[in-house]
Amino acid sequence: MKRELLKFLAFTVFVLLLPLYFQGGYLMNVLVFVGINTMLAIALNLLLGYAGQISLGHAGFFGLGAYLSGILTATYGWNPWLAMPTAAIVVGGLAGLIGFPILKLKGHYLAMATLGLGIIIYIVFNETVDLTGGPSGLSGIPNLAVAGVTFDSDVKNYYLIWGFTLAVILFSLNLANSRVGRALRAVHDSEVAARVVGVNARILKVQIFALSALLSSLAGSLYAHTMTFISPASFGFNFSVELLTMVVIGGLGSVYGSFLGAALLTLLPEFLRAAHDYDIIIYGALLMLMVMFMPGGLVRGIPDLFRKVFKKGGGDSHA
Amino acid sequence: MLEVCGITQIFGGVTALADVSFRINQGDITGVIGPNGAGKTTLFNIITGIYTQTSGRVLFEEKDISGLPPEKLARLAMVRTFQNIELFGGMTVHENVMVGMQTKSSSGLLACALKMPWSIVEERRIREASLKWLEFTGITDLADVTAGNLPFGKGRLLEIARALAVEPRIILMDEPAAGLNSQETVALAQLIKRIRDLGITVVLVEHDMELVMDICDRIVVLNLGRKLAEGTPREIQDNSDVIAAYLGDDD
Repeated sequence: MKRELLKFLAFTVFVLLLPLYFQGGYLMNVLVFVGINTMLAIALNLLLGYAGQISLGHAGFFGLGAYLSGILTATYGWNPWLAMPTAAIVVGGLAGLIGFPILKLKGHYLAMATLGLGIIIYIVFNETVDLTGGPSGLSGIPNLAVAGVTFDSDVKNYYLIWGFTLAVILFSLNLANSRVGRALRAVHDSEVAARVVGVNARILKVQIFALSALLSSLAGSLYAHTMTFISPASFGFNFSVELLTMVVIGGLGSVYGSFLGAALLTLLPEFLRAAHDYDIIIYGALLMLMVMFMPGGLVRGIPDLFRKVFKKGGGDSHA
Repeated sequence: MLEVCGITQIFGGVTALADVSFRINQGDITGVIGPNGAGKTTLFNIITGIYTQTSGRVLFEEKDISGLPPEKLARLAMVRTFQNIELFGGMTVHENVMVGMQTKSSSGLLACALKMPWSIVEERRIREASLKWLEFTGITDLADVTAGNLPFGKGRLLEIARALAVEPRIILMDEPAAGLNSQETVALAQLIKRIRDLGITVVLVEHDMELVMDICDRIVVLNLGRKLAEGTPREIQDNSDVIAAYLGDDD
């Protein structure tokens, strides 16, 4: 427990000091996205890595948060601080309602159902032009502001987003190491055994699905208020797959792994500008390689790699 | 304590169990035996809510529990173990047992994630109380080992420790001695008696006749989906129907 807290404090210090190194710069903007994607990857990881339930529609919940927040503030003039939790509760509630029937499904069928859900949400963003602006997007979304300070620069947004991201990390770590987190992992490992010792697997899955959607919605709202412009293209199927890739590459069932996965997949395109049109191929290849050679994700694979290299240096033979 | 009344189970035209009835007394160790395909595991799955029977009822402490799902039965203090041990392989031994205390704790998702004071107190209670069951089954030294890495015999003990953490009044074990060596089987017999001494009623499906005859107070024999006999180990050993079913009828 104490080590867990120290790790979190070290990570917090790292996050707080990082902007000093970049001194503003363009990368600050990218790091804002790393924060948003970390929240999303953690939200999906709670569902996929802990509870073992797949979702191919998480970009939809992310988009719902962004659009609800955007429409409530830009069109109806709500205060963003009121719009964000409202959106989160609505999206979480909606996911809970949908979760009841679809989480009865397992494996491929659940993947298909959530895929369908994501596509339906995407179509709604495109077609309800009066509300969302359709394919050309929704603009004029206000920035968040606290006590006269408006979050309108990359550095300010960095601290805003990462403040929320750190809160989500702490929240998820606490959850993972609690009776609820253990019950989730139990359902993942053996649902029948979990039920036999009294875990209500059905309710638990619905709860975590709703929570996962709620956190994704929060990330969406923050995205809308930092970008001030949103369009459906950001919330399509491709992004759901990208989120899934982040979670798997980072490490299933690891909160810090989600950060690694999100950081890698967000920073990579910046370094692969030349290969821009092929990014989805690179993600696919990465995903395959990771599953084949580092099934535990970066968070477990990198220490393993170090150990192997170290062992070889020491002249150890295979057992 | 537990009463099985006229249980019939038909799987797509095949009758797995036909009108099986018996009663299990409080505080007994009861063995359910029978040749392969007799319907023992099917019967266990029905009692513990994994299957729903075609007809018949199961009464637990005078309450009709027919068709209740396993998580409800756990709250009524009924728990079971599996023939092919079902552990939470990615979690430590200690964590496995802590999951067993699910029905004895209540902090919700938000309380846990926000570390509310009462959830911290409860977490500490779960952590400490679960140690008792590791000690009872003799696997305290393995507390921090990942359950998936345990040898089979230790995994069996862990499954029992986790079941006991539910604080059941009845525990059903499906072939607890399967896959154990003779030394482990002797230790298991001792453990089962100690579980009974805690006041927990034990029911086991078992193929190891020596074990069954040694520890059981009563035995129910199934054959081809029907109850063949019921009685003390001595009565069963002398029962000609049982001998015929096991060794084949010669005349």
